[in-house]
Amino acid sequence: MRKVLLGALGLLGFLVGWQLIPTLGLVDPQYLPYVTDVLGWLFHELRDLAFWRRLSYTMTAWATGLAMATFAAVVLGAGIGLVPFLRRATHTMVEFLRPVPSVALIPLAVLMFGLHLRAALVIIVYAAFWQVFVQVIYGVADVDTVARDTARSFRLTRRERLRYLVLPTALPYLLTGLRLAAAVALILAVTAEMVIGNPGLGRMIELSRSAGDAVGLYGLVAVTGLLGLLVNVVFRFVERRSLAWHQSVLAEGAAR
Amino acid sequence: MTALGAKKARLPGPVLRAVENVLFALGLPVLTVLLWGIWSAGSTNRFFVGPLTILDAFRRTWIGPAFVDDVLPSLYRLALGLVASILLGVAAGVVIGRLRLLRELLEPLLEFFRALPPPVLIPVMMLLLGITDTMRVVVIVSGAVWPILLNTIDGVRATDSVMRETADSFRITRWERLWLLVLPAASPRIMTGVRQALSVALILMVISEMFASSAGLGYRIAYFQRNYLVAEMWSGILLLGLIGVLLAVAFGLVERRVLRWYHGMKEITRA
Repeated sequence: MRKVLLGALGLLGFLVGWQLIPTLGLVDPQYLPYVTDVLGWLFHELRDLAFWRRLSYTMTAWATGLAMATFAAVVLGAGIGLVPFLRRATHTMVEFLRPVPSVALIPLAVLMFGLHLRAALVIIVYAAFWQVFVQVIYGVADVDTVARDTARSFRLTRRERLRYLVLPTALPYLLTGLRLAAAVALILAVTAEMVIGNPGLGRMIELSRSAGDAVGLYGLVAVTGLLGLLVNVVFRFVERRSLAWHQSVLAEGAAR
Repeated sequence: MTALGAKKARLPGPVLRAVENVLFALGLPVLTVLLWGIWSAGSTNRFFVGPLTILDAFRRTWIGPAFVDDVLPSLYRLALGLVASILLGVAAGVVIGRLRLLRELLEPLLEFFRALPPPVLIPVMMLLLGITDTMRVVVIVSGAVWPILLNTIDGVRATDSVMRETADSFRITRWERLWLLVLPAASPRIMTGVRQALSVALILMVISEMFASSAGLGYRIAYFQRNYLVAEMWSGILLLGLIGVLLAVAFGLVERRVLRWYHGMKEITRA
């Protein structure tokens, strides 16, 4: 209770401080608009269908990219992670490709697909893929040796070993990767719209800036922040729910 | 596992094993480049150019005055932004981590700023600061500081209670406490934060230049793309990739040095 109250107080303080800066004339309201104006803009937009359409464009790009990246990463990650030979052979390649900033690929994607959703998807998938892929590779290789030997003594079939040994071991890793990938995919979805110009919230941000609409710009930035917050909360919840049996979650519960 | 180990032990000498390691490390990259070269030689797609053409473009484009005019200023801004983020993030993180009241006041705000996609801050900073080099550095800081700040807070909070009480009973001074207890205890988490900040900072460096600049790496690459200079564009992607890889390698070295005691400790507890 104390935490919630203090948190709300902090938020209120931030908003009041923001309101005071243009009111006292520290920064011209043209560059930093009043909070009240931005909140008013938000309430107005929430009733506007065009706003929700833009939001749905962004979220569609996000969800499509995340799904494609996750699928590819799970298939490739499990395939490579389970075979030591492949794991060794691909190591250098992975270490070299992973740190390549995905935004470096924007020009290439634009040349290949034009100013379209598909160009944005290239960037989103590339960035989100590595987050899941690396976790899955670690995950499937992390099977406890005692458990593995036990499974061998019981002569579990290949399918049984995958189901009862590899999957439970890799699941926490996969979900961590998924949570990281969801956040990264949202960043790149908005960024792609800003730079490439496919329709969505990011493009609206860029348009508001070039039109000098500071209120709309700050409002849209706040919306993307809230979206990011929502994505984080949802994926953390999913992670905790589906790993309720796992030691890390159990220990956390016991410590409370 | 034992069967594999036995087979390996029978290999004649360490030379063969070194050869095997090199083959594993370089096999796939070399194969990929070869296949790429063969395929691009027969391909009529003008957006895929061969590795040799890209290398040639790389030499022509980046080695020479462009390195001083475009690459160095970008790297300088990146370094400046990163150093400022680390100083700011660690300093604020130590303060917030140690004061419970402050932490609880700021928690929702910090969660919000962590979740905010960093590139949306570029238009905001352009509005507030104009299109300047200061703006580009501030953009990098405004995105890269959050992972460091939040990880430092967590690291400071998780300081071992026995060590804290020991420090209390020895009555060490505030500064000694900070240098000898709080910062070392938080350093594994701080390094995690810095690693996340590296990639964010690199992204922001590129995008802030693609957006609002007439020089710099990001600007150059976008320029090549708009003018259909395909080989030059590929060479720019290659350069950005190299910078990303070098940053990761450099960070790995620094981390190993800073956290040597930590990795050593983990090995002991495992053994």
